[in-house]
Parts: sequence; structure tokens; C-alpha cells
Amino acid sequence: MTGPLIPMGIIGQGWDLVIALLIGMAFGYVLESAGFSSSRKLAGVFYGYDFTVLRVFFTAAITAMVGLLYFGYMGWIDLSMIYVNKTFLIAAIVGGITMGLGFITGGYCPGTSMCGIAIGKIDAMVFTGGMLLGIFIFSEGFPLVKGIYQGYDLGALKINEVLGLSTGVFAILLIIVALVAFVITRIVENKVKKVEY
Amino acid sequence: MTTSKIIDRSKKYANPYLSGFLLGMVLLATFYITGRGLGASGAIKSTVVTAVVTFAESHAANSDYYSKFISDDSHPMNNWLVFEIIGVLAGAFLSGAIAGRLKLKVEHSPKITSRTRLIMAGFGGILFGIGSQLGRGCTSGAALSGMASMSLAGFIAMLTIFGGAYFFAYFFRKFWI
Repeated sequence: MTGPLIPMGIIGQGWDLVIALLIGMAFGYVLESAGFSSSRKLAGVFYGYDFTVLRVFFTAAITAMVGLLYFGYMGWIDLSMIYVNKTFLIAAIVGGITMGLGFITGGYCPGTSMCGIAIGKIDAMVFTGGMLLGIFIFSEGFPLVKGIYQGYDLGALKINEVLGLSTGVFAILLIIVALVAFVITRIVENKVKKVEY
Repeated sequence: MTTSKIIDRSKKYANPYLSGFLLGMVLLATFYITGRGLGASGAIKSTVVTAVVTFAESHAANSDYYSKFISDDSHPMNNWLVFEIIGVLAGAFLSGAIAGRLKLKVEHSPKITSRTRLIMAGFGGILFGIGSQLGRGCTSGAALSGMASMSLAGFIAMLTIFGGAYFFAYFFRKFWI
């Protein structure tokens, strides 16, 4: 069956939410079992005492990326139907840096805070309460940022096109970057003073 | 004593490369089935939109932002990401229960109080909430899923979220180490 299954009409829309629930369960289980329910473990990546986040994140991105290329090559999925998020350059950069500041102060990101809540972390509950408030503030103040939110629209650009590379070459380069990062972070982790948490 | 405690704890968590591989397979399955990746901040946005629609319907309808997410045929809560996040809560609870990690507590560095940690968590949440709307998605939807589909936006999200956190890490080190 050529995917993506739901957009192709192979799986009916009625199954949509059941699948969402099951995928969410797998997502939550993997994140929690990797330790992503702990803010102090997550923060370790920024202070060099625990690089679990980098290992999990990079491995996951590459696995899915290579998997998609392989599925496309085998004809199991129509890659032109895969959603590519559009680049609104300034909004993406300012939004990303704001999230980075939120990450280092709050200790969570949205998905990991859900894992924290699930196992009883009160700080994760407060973080999520803060997110609700932050989204409300953004929505109410939207006219102020509408210009940069909608401007600098580069469209659904792919990074390999920007760099002038084929998807395969880009994937190989990213794998090399990841492997180098895995080795370097292992060395750093061994040198940084252990933090108990 | 201290060392053995650290080793015991590290054994309780799964191998990060195995977790990363499994997470990648979940993400691949999500693309294969739905044509899009995973997400998290979208469900929280739906909660805000639903609350505003419930308590101030005309305000929501007149707003440039809320109105993007309201359509006549579907309730704003009734969407894919909300069910996915309910699943995340269930899956994480299951993993925590199996590993014996279920406990109501505030996790913080011994150098700061619970109160300080909670203030910082709330502050960080507000910023993440604002940033995720401006950046059209968070670490899951914009960065991880975007990288898997090789979107430029995904790589910008990853670099700015993690780069931003690294840049500010020095100023907030007292809260963590």
C-alpha cells in the first residue's frame, strides 16, 4: 500500500483519532523511558553533564529521515504528499530563540512537559500552565507581531535544495555530523563534573 | 555510594540510541500513516482556542489569530494533536509506572528551592508558549518532524531552539548546576 495512508484514503478518516491516540502512546512511552520526564536530565545537554537529549533527538531525526527516503525509493510512500513546513524566516528565528530561552529557564519543552505531568512532576504542570498563558498572550497580542509572523515567507523550502545537494548526499552528511557529535559529547560528558539528580 | 546510586539510576532509563531509533520509527510510522509528523504545542494551542471560544465566542471569531483555528465543521479540541497528546500522557504514565517513577514532586537542583523552580518553570512555559506560536511549532512538530522531512524550517527550529538555550545557559547555570 502506497502511503501516506490517510491522505491516500486507504485508511478512513474515522480511524484518524484512534491512530492519533496509539501513536501518542508510543511517543510518550519512548520519551519517558529515555528519561525525558526529568527536567534536570534534559538540562544536562546544555551544561554537558548528560547528553541524552542530543543522542535521542539526533538518532530519531536521522532514523525517520532515512526511513522516509527508503520508503520513497521503494515506492511505499509518495514523498510529494509528505508535509514540509513552510519557512517564515524571521518568525522562525525569533520564535526559536524565544523557545530556547523558555527551555533553559523552564527545563522542559511541550512534549517532554507532558511526560513530566504523566509521572507527577509539579514543575511540569506549572510549565504547561505557563504555556497556556503564553499562547493566550501571543494570541491577544497577535496584531503586534502579525507583520513578522506572516512576512519573510520563503515557502516550503527543503534544506538540501538550499544547499544544492541531493537528498541522499544531505542524509549522509547529517549522519556524519551526528556520529562526530556522539563521539565529542561522550568525551565532554566524561570530563564534566557529574551532577546528581 | 554516590557512584553506585548514579549507575543504578542510569540503568533504569533506556539506552538513548535505542530510544532514538524507536522514536524515529514512531515518527516514520506517523509520516507513513498521516503524511505529517508528530507535534505537541498544537494540542496546547487547541486548549487555549477552545477556552477562548467557550468564554468569549465573538472575541475569538473577530481575532485574526484564533479565527485561523476555528472552523464550522470541527470543534477545535477535536483534532489529531489533542488525541495524540492524550496518548502521550497515557504512554508516559505507563512507562513511569513500570519503572517505578510515579511520584508527585517538584524536581529541582538542591541549590534552589521548590518555589524558585516553580517560578522558573512558569516563566519558561510562558516563553515557550509565545515562541511556539511565532515559530509555528515546537521541538516536536517544527524541529524533529521538520528535520525528518528535510524542511529548512525544521533545521532553523532545531538550531535556534538548542542554540538559544546554549546561548542563555551560562546566565541560568545557578538554577541547574
